[in-house]
Amino acid sequence: MQEGIVLEMRGICKFFPGVKALQNVDLTLREGEIHALMGENGAGKSTLIKVLTGVYQKDEGQIMLKGIPGAVSIRSPQDAQNQGISTVYQEISLCPNLTVAENMYIGRGRGAVSWKKMNADASKLLDSLGIPAKANQQLDSCSIAVQQMIAIARAVDMECKVLILDEPTSSLDEHEVEKLFKLMRDLKAKGVAILFVTHFLDQVYEVSDRITVLRDGQLVGEYAVQDLPRLQLVSKMLGKELDDLSSIKNPEDEISAGRKDEPLLEVQQLHSTAGIKPFDFYIDKGEVNGFTGLLGSGRSECVRAIYGADRVLGGTVTMNGKKIRISKPIDAMRNGISYLPEDRKRDGIVGDLSVRENIILALQVMKGFFRPFSRAQAEKFADEYIKLLDIKTSSSDTPIKSLSGGNQQKVILARWLLTNPVYLILDEPTRGIDIGTKVEIQKLVLKLAAEGKSVTFISSETDEMLRTCSRLVVMRDRKVVGELSGKELTQNNIMATIAGGEA
Amino acid sequence: MKKFFALLLALCMVLALCACGGKTETPAAPAAPAAPAEPAAPAAPAEPAAPAEPEATLIKVGIINNDPNESGYRTANDKDMKATFTEANGYEASFAYSLKNDEQIAAAQKFIQDEVDYLLLSAAGTAGWDSVLQDAQAAGIKVILFDRTIDADPSLYEASIVSDMAQEGNTAVAWLESQNLDVYNIVHIQGVMGSAAQIGRTGAVDEMVAAKDNWNLVTQQTAEWNAETAEQIVQAVIDSGKEFNVVYAENDDMAKGAVAALDKANISHGVDGDVIIMGFDCNHWALEELLAGNWNYDGQCNPFQASYIDTIIKDLENGIAPADKVVIMTEKGFDATTITQEDVDNYGI
Amino acid sequence: MSEKLKTTNGGVGSFLLRIVRQQIFIPIAALLILVLFNLIMDPSFFKITLSTNSAGNPVFSGYLITILDNASELAILAIGMTLVTASSGGQDISVGSAIAIAGSVLLRVLCGTNSRPEVLQAPIIVAFLACCFVAMLFGGFNGILVAYFRIQPMVATLILYTAGRSIAAWINNNELPIISDPTFGYYGNFIPGIPVPTPIFIALACMIIIALVLKFTNLGLYAQAAGINAHSSRLNGINPEVIKLISYMILGICVGVAGFIKVTRFSTINYSVVAKDIEMDAILAVALGGNALSGGKFNMGASIFGAYVIQFLTTTLYKLNVTSTALPAYKAIVVIVLVVLSAPTVRAKLSVLWKKIAPKKDVKEASADAA
Repeated sequence: MQEGIVLEMRGICKFFPGVKALQNVDLTLREGEIHALMGENGAGKSTLIKVLTGVYQKDEGQIMLKGIPGAVSIRSPQDAQNQGISTVYQEISLCPNLTVAENMYIGRGRGAVSWKKMNADASKLLDSLGIPAKANQQLDSCSIAVQQMIAIARAVDMECKVLILDEPTSSLDEHEVEKLFKLMRDLKAKGVAILFVTHFLDQVYEVSDRITVLRDGQLVGEYAVQDLPRLQLVSKMLGKELDDLSSIKNPEDEISAGRKDEPLLEVQQLHSTAGIKPFDFYIDKGEVNGFTGLLGSGRSECVRAIYGADRVLGGTVTMNGKKIRISKPIDAMRNGISYLPEDRKRDGIVGDLSVRENIILALQVMKGFFRPFSRAQAEKFADEYIKLLDIKTSSSDTPIKSLSGGNQQKVILARWLLTNPVYLILDEPTRGIDIGTKVEIQKLVLKLAAEGKSVTFISSETDEMLRTCSRLVVMRDRKVVGELSGKELTQNNIMATIAGGEA
Repeated sequence: MKKFFALLLALCMVLALCACGGKTETPAAPAAPAAPAEPAAPAAPAEPAAPAEPEATLIKVGIINNDPNESGYRTANDKDMKATFTEANGYEASFAYSLKNDEQIAAAQKFIQDEVDYLLLSAAGTAGWDSVLQDAQAAGIKVILFDRTIDADPSLYEASIVSDMAQEGNTAVAWLESQNLDVYNIVHIQGVMGSAAQIGRTGAVDEMVAAKDNWNLVTQQTAEWNAETAEQIVQAVIDSGKEFNVVYAENDDMAKGAVAALDKANISHGVDGDVIIMGFDCNHWALEELLAGNWNYDGQCNPFQASYIDTIIKDLENGIAPADKVVIMTEKGFDATTITQEDVDNYGI
Repeated sequence: MSEKLKTTNGGVGSFLLRIVRQQIFIPIAALLILVLFNLIMDPSFFKITLSTNSAGNPVFSGYLITILDNASELAILAIGMTLVTASSGGQDISVGSAIAIAGSVLLRVLCGTNSRPEVLQAPIIVAFLACCFVAMLFGGFNGILVAYFRIQPMVATLILYTAGRSIAAWINNNELPIISDPTFGYYGNFIPGIPVPTPIFIALACMIIIALVLKFTNLGLYAQAAGINAHSSRLNGINPEVIKLISYMILGICVGVAGFIKVTRFSTINYSVVAKDIEMDAILAVALGGNALSGGKFNMGASIFGAYVIQFLTTTLYKLNVTSTALPAYKAIVVIVLVVLSAPTVRAKLSVLWKKIAPKKDVKEASADAA
């Protein structure tokens, strides 16, 4: 093994029934580097990480660690940890009903536990990382972002040689991301090798030293960051030359058409149990608009109130000029409103059910309890949308939970497209999804709008919103603070509105 | 939200406790309508018998029993108690029911506070009675045990009126022996393993099978007092084609289950039948089966201790101590060939 | 390697592997083992003979008939228990007590206030419907506690588990009614002229009904969705609370039918022992069917099959004539083996084992082909 190399994987292969998840993949991590692992959904990133952390056993290949002669075998996540390989997964895998400190130290084989010392240690670490949580706080009372940081703190404190961060930033806001990057740089300075998996290209170029690209379970190559410009990276990931991302929206055509007489849907003074201030909102037929604001500003809560996902406390909803009552999701569905929820795992997928059942679920519910689709009909729907959205699954019978995040999202999207809605609400549809699918989804949104459907689009990525939406509702502190459209729609304007207007 | 559940659960617990407590306070409501010719319900012990005071001649008894719902035996026992300890007979009786020892002890303490004259006790468990009985003794309350014995110094109680389960078994086995069969191939269906009735009634059979060459056990299994399980066990024996000519079931329900299996297979039973049917407990319907000749034998497990207790109390009031501390009740065994309608009416429970 | 894998996928090994992966495999395997065992011990185990019973009617008899007959109640309960498990991720432990209540109601309607009626006070069908209705109400009570008050199913049903048998005794004033009308006994035994025990038909009818319900309604899909992810189901327009409530009420109806069979077997009831511990067997049937007791996906057929396997085991143990004290131990051992075998981790290991064996076979086949 060469000097400075901490971990080397050579010729890794992993097979699942009917799928070659990894073929001959190499990965080299050097001391004190941040190494980005890039690839589309289903490229094999997650599988590679799971092999490395002992969740899966490799079928072929070798793993070598610094200081250990010959190949090592990693039999379990615990084993990986003992060998200095720590992981923070994309989906938070902590115990929500334990305290922050317990989550940081549990299962670490310390023997007898001194709660006092544990809490003190935890407080110290949380302080040093600037994580806004108390050691004795119950974990599920923290926001998702803070939970994510606690998971990282847990991994960091394990004296690791290799730290794997699988999509650590997908639920963090910019401020938190900055903090995380500072932490990563500190660790790098201490000689830790960090394997960084993300879909945010900016972030890759901000912190990484080296990039390994995977595609379809195979290694494309390893590159130093300065040798690989963005466009090349993207085309390597997709395996084709890329259309210009910024040109997908037709230049300001719909906006110039001006407002129609009557909006498709209009809400007034709507508020719900989720604690948002009463807000007004409308959407026209064929319009794409969006809610924007920082994490926790109330964007999701607004659309949830429209959909009836949270209990509505007051306000009116008018659709096509007629007042309607939406007290629960089925009311919204019957009115042609669809909602793709923010938290895919919690609110979107029904994990153990098949892709087919997940696709037909909403339409089936609308059709009625006593009128189930025949198997053939359900299969026809599923196959149609699997093809239409290019969902990567071995069959429509596969449980949805075994699909990659992006493909899960496509299934949920298929579920709602199948109901042929007039108004589609997409809450963070592109979170944790590879760039190729992101573009597909953005294109799809514009296509739907062109067909006359209305779409409300929410995303943490402002440029994504700018590319798709013709009008943005800006939120701050659970209140609507502004509305931007047309020429006002610039990154700076949005920032200024979010920040408070004076700027 | 979690707090709300906790509160709700706590509420449930309190309600449950109240329900249990309620049982010790009042005579079981469900049983009351069933009791024949029930005189005025005894005063609730919660008000310490104020209205009864003028009639100073009444003897105050506190009766602690198991839940009458437990079994037909217990129901009959409770009815008997209620029928005997009446004001007409010179008693003022209070009842407490529980299948749990600690609740029974609490009830006993309450009766002591209420200054009853006699404490009649059918204990749910054998242990833990010493201190409360010492309290009773100190308060000058006389204790009489019925149906169940306890692990306590005999000086703490005046008398104990019990069934001898082993004797019941012996009586039944002696009857069976008197049938003079050439060979005894017995299907033995046991009660819940470890219960006093099971141990007593099984012991006699086991001894005889060990002693005699022509006594064989075709099967010996527990049906846990359950008719349906008994039917399945006998069905298994029939399906296996093994020969048998005696069904010895340790209670009536199980005998009934066995008979159901025999009927399905068209095996004759009872008087002049191929298979002798034996049961225990003398349920009314079981004695009717005997009378009809469908069964052969039913052993009594006498639930009528009240008259014995009545005699002892009357003697004690007159200064005569019982001759024996332990009184074994006479328990009959009925033969289908000799049973009469009168027996059915008198002894059926 | 990949090529080799492909050939393996087409081979005999993979066929077996696919069977092993099927959910219903475990109960079928368990049954096969029991059948094989009995066949070796005593080949006459499977003999069925046509004879006449004491009433002079033709009846089939033999172990298999006994098993099918006696498993009827359990199979019916397994239907409801499967739905309850799937939708609420927990089990109803009150079914034994609820059977006592259902049976008591049945007798109360038939007997009126007289515990030994000369003539029935109501048509049997009316009593049957009343018994199912009351059982459904008690099921609904459990369902409300679970669905709306969010009490853990085992805790919620503990209430009825504790109180049920007393309630049953109270319904009939603590009397033990006996029905003398012979037609009442037809339902738990034989209808004259039909040599197959009636409970088998009743169980079959229940299975057909649930099969139709699952085919012609979305109950299965909704129950699974609600059990797997209640949040998501809600956003898709399903009301998970209502689905849970319905599951418990269906189990209630199953309890009513099972109680009807239990009572008609002997034309009487014993509140303290009727259907004792049957809830554990019903839960076990669901587990044996390979269904996760934490809810979600279910396989109704496998659960029902599991019920018959349990009765097969019970009857086998009676036949083997093991001593009474040792009976629970034998049963426990068999149950442990079955449950361990059906545990996902063990099955995953078994699959791996299969894979290791299968390629070798394949190589042999390949070489044979080459030769």
